[in-house]
Amino acid sequence: MQNYNNKTALVVDDDPDFLEQLGIQLSSMGFEVVKKSTQEEAQEYIENTRPDVAFLDLMMENMDAGFVLSYEVKKRYPQTPVILVTAVSSETGMEFDATTQDERTWIKADVILSKPVRLEQLQKELNKLLIGETSNG
Amino acid sequence: MVELKVLVIDDEQGMRLAVQRSLDGYIVELPDVDMNVRFGVTMASTGEEGLEMIEESTPDILLLDHKLPGISGLEVLGELEKKDPDLMTVMITAYASLETAIVATKRGAFDFLAKPFTPSEMKAAVCKAAKHLILQRQTKKLQQERRQVRFQFLSVLSHELKAPLAAIQGYLYLMRDKSLGTDISQYDKIVGRCLARIDGMYKMIFDLLDLTRIESGQKKRSLSKVDLCETARTAVETAEPSAREREIDIHLHFKDPVFIVGDSGELEIIFNNLVSNAVKYNRDGGRVDVKIEDSEETATISVSDTGIGMTQKEVDRLFNEFVRIKNKKTQNIAGSGLGLSIVKKLAKLYNGTVSAESRPDEGSTFTVTLQKDSVAPESAGSESS
Repeated sequence: MQNYNNKTALVVDDDPDFLEQLGIQLSSMGFEVVKKSTQEEAQEYIENTRPDVAFLDLMMENMDAGFVLSYEVKKRYPQTPVILVTAVSSETGMEFDATTQDERTWIKADVILSKPVRLEQLQKELNKLLIGETSNG
Repeated sequence: MVELKVLVIDDEQGMRLAVQRSLDGYIVELPDVDMNVRFGVTMASTGEEGLEMIEESTPDILLLDHKLPGISGLEVLGELEKKDPDLMTVMITAYASLETAIVATKRGAFDFLAKPFTPSEMKAAVCKAAKHLILQRQTKKLQQERRQVRFQFLSVLSHELKAPLAAIQGYLYLMRDKSLGTDISQYDKIVGRCLARIDGMYKMIFDLLDLTRIESGQKKRSLSKVDLCETARTAVETAEPSAREREIDIHLHFKDPVFIVGDSGELEIIFNNLVSNAVKYNRDGGRVDVKIEDSEETATISVSDTGIGMTQKEVDRLFNEFVRIKNKKTQNIAGSGLGLSIVKKLAKLYNGTVSAESRPDEGSTFTVTLQKDSVAPESAGSESS
């Protein structure tokens, strides 16, 4: 398994259980995990710190919190991969993903994962997004 | 005021002008639908021309002559039937043959006007069509709104039921992957969280059943004289264990008894929701005050806490279904988001009201005012006999 020692993962979700779960998974991969449970706290954090990867829940206290935050992260740190984590598509029938260029221009995220996140998929996506950096470093 | 467009299709210019003269700009009050209507008239001399005008802009009411030089009135109706536009047709017929009437009705004509007619006969027929049209549109709109509300309710409901399932599923993945190693005691917290989410789901399903029973009126109300003070005590006893755990004191302020005609189950639900909320959203070491005030016609229940409180914006959203105030302070508190909408629906059964006052970090007071005898006279009569 790829080891991401000394890398910081920001996880934003208003559900404490998902924070916990993603926290356990990412810690086991070597990440230092920063957990935030509101859009506001996350915003404060990214104003001063660049995470190496950001996991954002789509719907928090505001329906579009995830989109707004991913826009903010990308604006400040274009190199930081953003992963939206959501249960939305299966719930509302609202479908989107971030695989085409066109979708990526309005959804400022690199990947969208659905909840709950499986470890295998998490590793696969992180390897894709961060591997270039890790093999150099 | 509603503007209704009337299109007259008639080959006789005199007839068209007569209709225009008496109807264009005519304002009438339709008491049945509680609305003022103003008519505007446009005209066509042939069926073809009329259909073109309808294509461009659909009128609300169509006055359609049967006998026309090109395609007949019945053919115009046939064309319209294919498109099913939102309009009412009144057929104008010179010799009202039964056959024409039957075909026209089959093709969607609403009414008939026999030539020659007086302006007031014509107005009466147009007003009748207008009333019908407005009612039909109102019904359609209501049905649509109802569908919309139902859809929203179901999608929110499925979200609320899926969230705990996904959380439990996620924890099970972690256990399967042995993410915390092979020492089983490392998983205690996870197992505890799974059980808590399952409890939350049960609570939500029970609340949901209560809510649907109240809404559908299927919940049988067994009405009797109930002492609210007794009910309050029972609710406090229920909440006591979780209050004690967090050193929260519950104080009662009332003078026994306060009687109300009602269903003891319903009144228990009201108290349970208010008191358990006051404990849940309190701070450790806080206090809860339960007051009951008795007056001639009403009883007022108020439950205050010294908890996290809410902003006015949050208070305004509070009584909607599935609304849970989400912020840092509430994230570890479980709830279905249905409790207060249940309280509100129950209070309505007693011609009552529910209100909330709150200050962030100071606490909240919920006040429920109930009519002491809100039961319809006939059933109240049978109750006392």
